[in-house]
Amino acid sequence: MSNLEKFREETKSWLDENCPASMRNGADPSIPVDEVWGGRNAEYKNPESKLWLERMGEKGWTMPTVAKEYGGGGLSKDEVKILNEEMFFIGAKQPLLSFGIWMLAPVLLEYGTEEQKKQHIPKIIKGQIRWCQGYSEPGSGSDLASLATKAEDIGEKYLVNGQKVWTSYADKADWIFALVRTGPKEPKHDGISFLLIDMETKGVSTKPITLISGKSPFCETFFDNVEVPKQNLIGELNAGWTIAKKLLQHERAFISNFGLAAGMGSKRDVISIAKKHFGEENGKIKNGFYRSEISSHKIKEHAFGLTLKRAGDEGGKASATASMFKLYGTEHNKKRHELMVAASGINGVAWDGDEFDDDDKNLTKAWLRTKGNSLEGGTSEVQLNVISKRVLGLPSQ
Amino acid sequence: MKLVLSEEEQFLKDTAKSFAEERSPISHFRSLRDNNDPVLWDKDIWSEMVNLGWPGILIPEEYGGSNFGVTGIGVILQECAKTLTPSPLFATGVLGAYGLTQHGTDEQKKNYLPKIVSGKITTALAIDESSHHNPSETLMSAKKEGSNFILTGKKIFVIDGDSADLLIVLARTSGDKGDNAGLTLFLVDSKSPGLEKIKLDMADSRNYANIIFNDVKVDESNILGDLETGGETVDDILDIGRIAISSEMLGNAESAFETTLDYLKQRKQFGVLIGSFQALQHRAAEMFCELELTKSSVMAAMRAADENSNELQRMSSLAKTVAGETLHLVSNEAIQMHGGIGVTDEYDIGFFLKRARVAEQIFGSSKFHTERYANLSGF
Repeated sequence: MSNLEKFREETKSWLDENCPASMRNGADPSIPVDEVWGGRNAEYKNPESKLWLERMGEKGWTMPTVAKEYGGGGLSKDEVKILNEEMFFIGAKQPLLSFGIWMLAPVLLEYGTEEQKKQHIPKIIKGQIRWCQGYSEPGSGSDLASLATKAEDIGEKYLVNGQKVWTSYADKADWIFALVRTGPKEPKHDGISFLLIDMETKGVSTKPITLISGKSPFCETFFDNVEVPKQNLIGELNAGWTIAKKLLQHERAFISNFGLAAGMGSKRDVISIAKKHFGEENGKIKNGFYRSEISSHKIKEHAFGLTLKRAGDEGGKASATASMFKLYGTEHNKKRHELMVAASGINGVAWDGDEFDDDDKNLTKAWLRTKGNSLEGGTSEVQLNVISKRVLGLPSQ
Repeated sequence: MKLVLSEEEQFLKDTAKSFAEERSPISHFRSLRDNNDPVLWDKDIWSEMVNLGWPGILIPEEYGGSNFGVTGIGVILQECAKTLTPSPLFATGVLGAYGLTQHGTDEQKKNYLPKIVSGKITTALAIDESSHHNPSETLMSAKKEGSNFILTGKKIFVIDGDSADLLIVLARTSGDKGDNAGLTLFLVDSKSPGLEKIKLDMADSRNYANIIFNDVKVDESNILGDLETGGETVDDILDIGRIAISSEMLGNAESAFETTLDYLKQRKQFGVLIGSFQALQHRAAEMFCELELTKSSVMAAMRAADENSNELQRMSSLAKTVAGETLHLVSNEAIQMHGGIGVTDEYDIGFFLKRARVAEQIFGSSKFHTERYANLSGF
């Protein structure tokens, strides 16, 4: 038996023994499902969610390629493939959702000191510490590098003052990775540092943001004379922008994977909504204007889906076209929701109360939420800038 | 279904690219137009294409072809379209070659296919009778008389209609205007008595004709496919044609976009390159994205054709819609971004606009195919 075959056998039997029944195919539907983000204050409706996270975390299999010395699985790419396959076969749930895994750990591994890696990565892998991202500020959206949250050198520590915005789940996170201005006199990109801050530190506070669609995971995060130990600086002083950009790449990769999967799995369908509200005749939506608009949209989505497939077939070399996918994925999602709302008529703008179905009320909220899609993770206009400059080579002004 | 070209297909595309750039740059098309060339395609260029085996790409080996598939002919048309190369390749190498190969009798195949491969004959497909493509609206009548059919009526906007030797003609053997049933396809010699060709002068300066059939006699052995089911037969030929013309339109759009992008990088106003203006950058970026979507749609449609997919009809309408809309956008923006010289005859970019609008009409506009896509998708 080859080593890989042996690994497969071992993995299979480990999963068999350790993956709890409610975490795999055939789970009892009456058992509540947790969205597991880990952290100091994690709460579980199903104790097996916690058990599954602990077992996978102990193996290091939440980040299987990371070296064992940092708490990872220490697996080769081939072994990870086998692990994923075996988990897929039994329908095993991902044990942990984590900004630490998706965004922070990859840059810590690249830019962190040995000590920093040993301090933070094992806790990310085990889901013991939940991270959030402190990037945008009220005055710094698309122009992120103009950020103003400052960190002053006060000897042993930095003194941080300022405000972050759009910090997802800041009210639930234990630590934040933040971009701070350490070089106020330097050119804007050269005065930024990448700092890790414990959210329990005195002076840190958060406030949830209510969106036009209602409740959201987004928060504002305030820093009021927050003292941060100097060993929490990642990389060189004033060299945080490089790390920030690297992390954004990890973030965009994860947003497009996540966002696309969500869009494709959506249960709402513009055709059935249109048929419901307009009726049908010989299988056709009984309103020619909406029908043609829907068909145009379906054609565009079809062409976009084929483009994703082509990018895959070409071996994913098209990293320059990631901006195109972000742009079209989000713009199409907005358009689809506009069509669904329009086809629903009055019901498409229902907000609350018993006179409307949950489907209608949820559609209204979902439609409003899509307006953020083309803003978060780089606006559509930023994507167009990236395509113009990096793909088409058009000159800067 | 892999949406990447095979090595052989890529080789064919590269060959076509060098051929078009070296043998028929846009100046070649311009000179045909300026000299009022009666055929509007060049016999020497065509015989070189014949020597390269291009008319035989959709024809089986036993008749001298290479049976290389729709993707093969598609990438050639795409490359030739970049320099606006006029040739009978579309009407003969796609419509005639495919129609006869798929639907011809052994006798018809033996008779015509080797002649297509060797360049002895060219063909044309005569479908439309009014300003908008709609085969089921066919009125031209074919009345049976002994072992003959008598064709009476008028076909318009026949691609290569003025130069083709063999016509594939859609006529009504029963039923009324609007019925898809009762249609039959006939192979008609363009020199048949009673057949009158009127050459058309279209905006894109290519070979088209209206053809009048004054009781043209056709032997029943010249039915292509089966009697009365010509509606389905012609739809099959048209779908391949639509995919092929979409690939050609993609080539037009790519070329117009490249030219425009180059212009943005060299034209200065207000002391700076106009390509540095965000108002133009974003529009260029949008065109880039639309072109990417078009490439994928055309490629998927060509693959669907080669794999005999049951999605062929839908993919054909998808490709024609997307290619039509993209070329429409790019051809308009190309003119606007070129500014004043964009509307001069001296500059080539206007050729793309003229070609675009004609090609958009061929075998159904984007509107026609958006409607058809909805029908085929069950809404």
